Amino acid sequence: MLIPHPLLGLRDAEEFTYLGDASLLDRPDPHAPDAAQQFYEYQHLRDNPAGIHRELWFHEQGDRSWLIVTRNTLTHEILGAELARDAKGAKA
Amino acid sequence: MRYSGFRVIKEALTGHKGWKPIWRNPEPQPAYDYVIVGGGGHGLATAYYLATTFRQARIAVLEKGWLGSGNIGRNTTIIRSNYLLPGNEPFYEFSMKLWENLEQEFNFNAMVSQRGILNLIHTDAQRDAYRRRGNAMILAGADAELLDREQVRAMYPWLNFDNARFPIKGGLVQRRAGTARHDGVAWGYARGADLAGVDLIQNCEVTGFRIENGTLKGVETSRGYIGAKKVGVAVAGSSGRVMAQAGMRLPIESHVLQAFVSEGLKPFIDGVITFGAGHFYVSQSDKGGLVFGGDIDGYNSYAQRGNMAVIEDVAQGGMALMPAIGRARLLRIWGGIMDMSMDGSPIIDRTPIQGLYLNAGWCYGGFKATPASGYAFAHLLATDRPHDTARAYRLDRFERGYPIDEKGMGATPNLH
Repeated sequence: MLIPHPLLGLRDAEEFTYLGDASLLDRPDPHAPDAAQQFYEYQHLRDNPAGIHRELWFHEQGDRSWLIVTRNTLTHEILGAELARDAKGAKA
Repeated sequence: MRYSGFRVIKEALTGHKGWKPIWRNPEPQPAYDYVIVGGGGHGLATAYYLATTFRQARIAVLEKGWLGSGNIGRNTTIIRSNYLLPGNEPFYEFSMKLWENLEQEFNFNAMVSQRGILNLIHTDAQRDAYRRRGNAMILAGADAELLDREQVRAMYPWLNFDNARFPIKGGLVQRRAGTARHDGVAWGYARGADLAGVDLIQNCEVTGFRIENGTLKGVETSRGYIGAKKVGVAVAGSSGRVMAQAGMRLPIESHVLQAFVSEGLKPFIDGVITFGAGHFYVSQSDKGGLVFGGDIDGYNSYAQRGNMAVIEDVAQGGMALMPAIGRARLLRIWGGIMDMSMDGSPIIDRTPIQGLYLNAGWCYGGFKATPASGYAFAHLLATDRPHDTARAYRLDRFERGYPIDEKGMGATPNLH
């Protein structure tokens, strides 16, 4: 698989370490009244879709940036990649 | 029809005209007492034990493709009970004992072969860990034996003992472990279930659950609605997809694991060898092919095929351990979808929906568990209580803080 790194162009997926669903960026509020339940769900439960999946890849053998890669889990086709910090920044 | 040596001779002398299809192909009934979703190893074993051991009832197995078309036909056929943790080891040893009597019980040749499994040791720390594991196995009634370097050399003199990074210092062997013919296991359970009156319904995909006031009423399928008092889901890599239809999110990610078979070679590996440090394990099939594999690819996948990098990694592991296979050619490579759980251990439990039960999260170790998984799931479905050896496999254990994490990796499914 080749990942279209927004800064470095097409890079082999072997340069990356995989973490999982991009929802891991949305850390719950530790001060919320139901924080324990929220953290349980955040840490352990997954949508695990068959199809389009937004997921976190770490460019460990490269520029050490975190990417959000959009990929089809049925075909392994990679549909796009963005810097996680941009996505996170846009949300904040 | 019972199979026996006498029967084979009789058929040979009468032109093989007496063999019949070994299960029916029934139309689905409007309703059943028990519906098992998934006609793979675990689903068929569940139906078999439910029908033969626990109760007479109307039971159906719904399979979206053909029986045994998923991971039961895609694995590397190893059976063993060499786990460490108290939540796991008694369960897998129960499974091992069921394997030992399986063929006599369901009168089908599953080619169970107790040829032993050897886990290699490369460091003092690993030896300590394996000694502890061996003791845990013995405490649970299994067998384990710690070997030194020379004892390993006597078993497999052609291993590379002096690899610079991972020299072989010994091994932990479980002699009762071994291999079984994976398709034969599915067929044996299917035949046994069919003979006990279970309807095995193929090409019947579950497309939804009918749930009223938190209670399950039945399943919508590609062949119409089927009512059910209790539904047990045993669909391995598709667990997330199927349970999403009931509105549930699971502590599971689906990943692809690749497996490999070489061309046929003369017999030279008479057991199973695992080289954990090099992400490689191997056995030799009765046809002579080396059956081997390594790690999962590591990213979410439903594709039933993996990528080249892992193929290279596995081949390198094999070459590091046994340079003798360097000229052997690969015949086949394939992938299966693993339901990787958050702690690497399975789930056999009720769900918050009354009447809906889940058997999932087997990661890449489901084959060896097939008999006990079926038995324990049937026990749960029939009695609403977990089987003694499967009490730890609760769905809510992550919420309560009781994971069963053999590798100590935490909630990272791709590292288990």
